[in-house]
Amino acid sequence: MSLTLSPLNPEQATYDEVIEAGDGWMYEIKKGQTFRIVDLEGNQAVDILFYSAANADERYSAVDTIREQRAIYLTTGSTLLSTELNPMLTITADTCGRHDTLGGACAAESNMVRYALEKRYMHNCRDTFLLQMAEYGHDYSKRDLTSNVNFFMNVPVTPDGKLTFEDGISDAGKYVEMKAEMDVVALISNCPQLNNPCNAYNPTPIRLLIWN
Amino acid sequence: MFSPTPDIPEDKVRFREVVLGGASWSHVLKRGSTLRIIDPQGGANVSALFFNFELMVERYNMSDTLKAQHVAFLTTGRALYSDMGRILVSVTDDTSGWHDTICGHSTASLVERKYGKATFQEHRNKYHRNGRDSFLVELGKYGLGTKDLVPNANFFSKVTVDDTGGLHFDESHAKAGAHVDLRAGLNTLVVLNTCPHPLAPCGTYDPKPVHLVVYSSEPAGPDDVVRKFRPENDRGLILTDRYFM
Repeated sequence: MSLTLSPLNPEQATYDEVIEAGDGWMYEIKKGQTFRIVDLEGNQAVDILFYSAANADERYSAVDTIREQRAIYLTTGSTLLSTELNPMLTITADTCGRHDTLGGACAAESNMVRYALEKRYMHNCRDTFLLQMAEYGHDYSKRDLTSNVNFFMNVPVTPDGKLTFEDGISDAGKYVEMKAEMDVVALISNCPQLNNPCNAYNPTPIRLLIWN
Repeated sequence: MFSPTPDIPEDKVRFREVVLGGASWSHVLKRGSTLRIIDPQGGANVSALFFNFELMVERYNMSDTLKAQHVAFLTTGRALYSDMGRILVSVTDDTSGWHDTICGHSTASLVERKYGKATFQEHRNKYHRNGRDSFLVELGKYGLGTKDLVPNANFFSKVTVDDTGGLHFDESHAKAGAHVDLRAGLNTLVVLNTCPHPLAPCGTYDPKPVHLVVYSSEPAGPDDVVRKFRPENDRGLILTDRYFM
């Protein structure tokens, strides 16, 4: 696992916001801009989907991305591909080392299956996604939800096909940075999951930066 | 000749069908039925998607399926979950041992790059087809489209992940006569095609046919192989039963 630092200076960013634990964000990132997500306090899963700003039917595709790069984890050099096999963003810096493509987002219903039927009422990523899409407009709906990227989340797969949610390998201040290869709409849930170690059982804020 | 199925009582069989190589098929598999897919020659690939026919925005969710069961592939005892915590189909029997969940489907450009171009004009019904176009055609018959084209399962294909995350297609996995049984939990729209797996080796375009048997089957009992695989599946079966209450 190799780590890559970014030369960019946060003081020169044109956008700089903190997203609290359990909150969401939906925002357009223009082609050529660089987008950074900072894990401010460590081991915070950031669930994210990307859509072509021109046509939301074209969206990030986990299976196309991992098949074309012949690997399941994302890190510096990974290109996130769309359902049309077009490059959406390329990861240009990463001080965490690897990010998950398979685990998807938590939901009330999947929490009931995974943990207990009584977990239906806990806050979850899909609720955040649905609310963000409703507020953003442009006809985004549940049909637009698909397997997302989980930045800073550690979901190893073994050669015999086991998949586990492990303790994070991220830490306070680690970041991942990517350059937009097309105009994209990013949809984030800053994961509120309390039932597994994806957030070290303590969801925390993230910082988002954009440079022109 | 159709593959023999001596373990299925003949009075339970509703119908049989041969799906040609490179072809599409769809059916609303009713709760109380099981779909057997047989790979008679060995080397078939079946790319498949699943929807709740009554609520089509509820559909197979690769991520929920994998994380609920702590697995990266499908075989006996595994359930294919919808995004609503319900089981679309359960794998009640499997003589293949591994079905891929993480590689998606082939596309026109991928098939042309690997096997060359073969148009209908020149080759008639032997033209080269691909997973994506096949899905879009079959989904279109139900009013579904690109938004509904989510990560699919690939039956009879094995792709492993090494310690660094790298993907490896296992050519030795093909087994003539292998079958997999999918028991419907909901009234489940099954959309499938027999186009090549996207990581299958290059060479001659020769997708293999599969045989299908739809037969009446019992619901999951207390000792069901899927229920016993993990406690999550017990809860998944409970939520699936509740849907019909």
